[in-house]
Formats: sequence, C-alpha cells, structure tokens
Amino acid sequence: MFLVLVGLTLLGATSGVLGAFALLRRKALLSDTFAHATLPGVCLAYLLGGKQMGWLLAGAFISSLLSVGWVSVITHRTRLKEDAALALTLSVFFGFGMVLLTGIQRWGDGYQSGLDRFLFGQAAALLPHEVGYLATACLLILLVVGALFKEFTLMCFDRDYALAIGLPVRWLDALLMGLIALMVVLGLQSAGALLMVALMITPAAAARLCTHRLSLMIWLAALFGMLSAAGGVLMSALYGRLPTGPVMVLIASALFAVAFLFRYTVRGERRWQRP
Amino acid sequence: MIDWQSTLWVLLAGGLMATSCALIGCWLLLRRMALLGDAISHAVLPGIVLAFWLTGSRATLPMLLGAGVAGLLSTSIIQWLSQRRFVQSDAAIGITFTALFALGVLLISRYSGQVDLDLDCVLYGEIAYVPWDLWIIGDTVLGPRAIWTLSGVLLITILFTTGLYKELLVSTFDPVYAQAAGIPTRAMYHLLMAVVALVVVASFEVVGAILVLAFLVVPPATALLISRRLPMMILMSVVFGWLAVLLGYIAAHLLNVSITGSMATASGILFALTLLATGLRAGKGRPAISAQRIER
Repeated sequence: MFLVLVGLTLLGATSGVLGAFALLRRKALLSDTFAHATLPGVCLAYLLGGKQMGWLLAGAFISSLLSVGWVSVITHRTRLKEDAALALTLSVFFGFGMVLLTGIQRWGDGYQSGLDRFLFGQAAALLPHEVGYLATACLLILLVVGALFKEFTLMCFDRDYALAIGLPVRWLDALLMGLIALMVVLGLQSAGALLMVALMITPAAAARLCTHRLSLMIWLAALFGMLSAAGGVLMSALYGRLPTGPVMVLIASALFAVAFLFRYTVRGERRWQRP
Repeated sequence: MIDWQSTLWVLLAGGLMATSCALIGCWLLLRRMALLGDAISHAVLPGIVLAFWLTGSRATLPMLLGAGVAGLLSTSIIQWLSQRRFVQSDAAIGITFTALFALGVLLISRYSGQVDLDLDCVLYGEIAYVPWDLWIIGDTVLGPRAIWTLSGVLLITILFTTGLYKELLVSTFDPVYAQAAGIPTRAMYHLLMAVVALVVVASFEVVGAILVLAFLVVPPATALLISRRLPMMILMSVVFGWLAVLLGYIAAHLLNVSITGSMATASGILFALTLLATGLRAGKGRPAISAQRIER
C-alpha cells in the first residue's frame, strides 16, 4: 500500500513535468494516440509469447513508437493536418488491437483476463518489484528532462532560434515524443491507458493557468500530478470499490477547475503575458 | 453455413452507420476538428450511465437522449474553455473528455452491482446482435431496431448536409466572409456538433464508442487524398466507408475476430493503400481542398 502510494506519486509528478513540455510543444493529444495505440502492441506481445509484464509493456512501447511514426508520415507527406492524423492513427490502431484481443480470446486457450485491465488500470495489483521498476523509470525520465531542460525550453518557445544556434531540434522533438510514449506505457498498469491522457494534460494545463514562469509552471504541474495520484490511491484504499484511475483523473480535473476559477475570477483576465 | 438474412442486416447497419459518419466526418476533417469526434465519443459515457441509472432500463430513447446531452455538454465546455487565452484548444479537448469519461467509468464501477450495464458493450458495441434486437409493435415485426435508428439518423444527416450545404461550405472555408455575409457561424458550429453527437450516439450501440471515430475520420481522410473537389470528396468517403464495412466483415468472418475492430482495420488498410498509390510525395504541392482555406 505504502509502496504503491510512493510509486504512483512519483508517476504523477513525472507525468506532470513531461506533460508541461508536451502542452507547450502542442503535443498534448499525442498521449491520447499513444494510449490507444498501446493495445495492439500488448496483444501482439502476448500472442508472440509470454504474459510477463515487462514483455507486454515493451510491446506497448514499440507500437506507440510505430504510431507516432505513422502520424509523422501522414502529417509530412499528405495534406492531412495533425488532428486528422492523430484521430486516424488512434482509431485504426485501436481497431487492430480489438481484432487481436478477440483473436486471443477465440483462437487460443481462452485466456483473456488481465489484458483489458490495461485500459483502466489497477493500482492495487502492483507488485513491490514492479513499483521499483516504475520508480526507476520515472527517475530516469526526470533526469533526462532535467539534463535537457534548457534545450527543451528553447525548442518549445523559439524553434527558429533553436535551429539557428544548431540544436538538433528534430532529435529533441523525437526524444520528447519517445519520453511521452514511455510515460503512457509506464502508467498503463496502474492508471490505465485512457486515463494516462488526463494525467499528462490536466495538471500541466492547470499549472499553466496559475503562473507565467516556466520553472514555476513545471513545479506546479508536478505538484498537481502528485496530488491527484496520491489522492486517487488514498481514496480508492479508503472507499473499497472506487477504481484508482478514474478517481485520479477527477481529482486532477477538480484541481484544474479551481485553477480556472482562480485565474478568471480572482485575477483579472488581461494582466499576464505568455510565459 | 452462412445465415444470409442476418448477414445482410449486419452489412446494412454497418453501411448506414458508415454513410452518416462519412457525410458528417468530411466537415469535421475540413474544419480541423477530427479530435472533437474522439472527445464526443468518450464523453457520452456518463450520459448513457446516468440515463440508464435514472430509467433503470436499456430502452433506446432515454439512452440516446442521455448520450446526446452529454455529447453536447462536452462540446460546449470545450468551446467555452478554448476561448480563454490561457487554455490551449488541444488541452481543452483533453481535459474535458478525460474528466467526463472518468466520471462514466466511476459511475459504472460504483453501481455495477446494481445495474446490468456492461462497460465492454458500451465501448466496443456488438454489431453481430443487430439482427436479433427486433422492433415489434403489437404483432408486427418491423425488422431490426438498429436499422430504423440508423436510417433516421442518416436521413437527418442528409437533410442537414444538403439543406445547409452553402452555409457549411462558406463557414468552413471562409469564416470571416461567412460572418460578413450574415451566416450565423457560431450557430452553425453548435448545429454541426449536435449532428455529430447524434451520429456518434446512434452508432455507438452498433460499433461502440471508440470505433465510431474510425468511421468519422478514416474514410474522409482517404477521400481527401484523392479528390480535389468537395462533392467528390464526400462521395468518395461514402464509398470508402462502405468498402471498409464490406471488407472488414469478410475478414472478421474468415478470421473469427471482432467485426467492428476488423472494419476499422480495413479502413486503415484502405487509407494506407491509397497513400501508397497516390505516392508519398505527391500530396504536398498539389492544388488542395485544404489550400483554399484561410490559415488561422
């Protein structure tokens, strides 16, 4: 219980930080595509052998990377815009995932439980060593973001300048997307795919309402993420049958609502500039 | 042994659904609002659960009403949030639909002991049951209920997109001119959203909440790759929608897998083939439907 609380709090903080960059880079809804695109990866990994969690999550990660590759092919090579590319990719990947999921249920040994759990997550079912992996991965992500803080900031706010001074902007972009995909995959088991989207977007958007300074915004996003994750774990522990993922999302949304009210009623609309 | 009659009903249900989705999806795509379809299809969940909870039955009408109200509520919230300077429009979409979806999941799991509403059924739908859910008045059997619902929705969609074609066209491609010409662009937005919500709600019973998106977005996107004029694009997207339904059904039958998932996959494969056939590089410089639009 305590371990789960620690692990998920760290998960919330990391997704808040990463979500802040995703939001500023206008890639927030990419996490939605990743969340749906993990399904075929999980199913394929299962079909190719093994119910081991690490193997399944690796499958999820690879299919998320494929989905973002597909999105970038569509946006760069056709007239379709990014929203269409995202929606197209997520629905087709998810549909293929459903084909595989029903295939697993009907072709094989009838095993099905556990795979659809990835959609909504089950924090209480985390094992101690899984929390260990989760925490390590989160710390690694935070480390990478910390090390490249200046580069990411520049890339989000002044892409042309970043290009001019010779930063490898395309690689940084790809790295950011890879980290977002990793984040969604890490949250699959505990928060569930569909609700990781909220943990990426909502705390960051709430933080954006509270401040115009980037460093403060990132700390606040981390704080909001932690609060929602911890609140979700505690509430679902206290009131038996509440599922963790949805409670986390609703707490994050409530935080956003408070920030929104604070921003648009307590403070004047026009006083602040962009961060 | 194939039961031809029920096969035909399933294909007809899929085709009607694909037609409505294609007709309305073209406009969503051109207005760059494809992800709003995704948002609506998730956000209807709490509406369905509440309607079910209040009436205690799985009657179609209250559920459609509940879902429709939730769908419209979500688009209004998104619109309202994204007008604010410090809320990006993509963030507004993400926040709104995840919150509503989470609420729906929470309600289902909270009352799952008392109500018999299957999350899987709402999310994935089951097109194979269409022939068995008959609409019976007195002693007359009027055929599958879903066919009637889907036909009604298709009729409304056709009336909307043909009756208001000019208004839609102008407010999509040139909103500034539309306002100057006295077309109520905001009302058009809300009307369009209402029709999208209607289509999504009528379809989710058949294909499930998530895969409605595949039919809203993929056939119009495929059509956009090969057509230069809007009427052609709309026609082609209906054709691609029907093709996806047919091919998906055959594949699902052969492989014994989810019919709706296989239809969505088929539409994706059709898109990929079209993309390969038109050439990966050819799309960039051609005179495009999207090029006539005003960049925001």
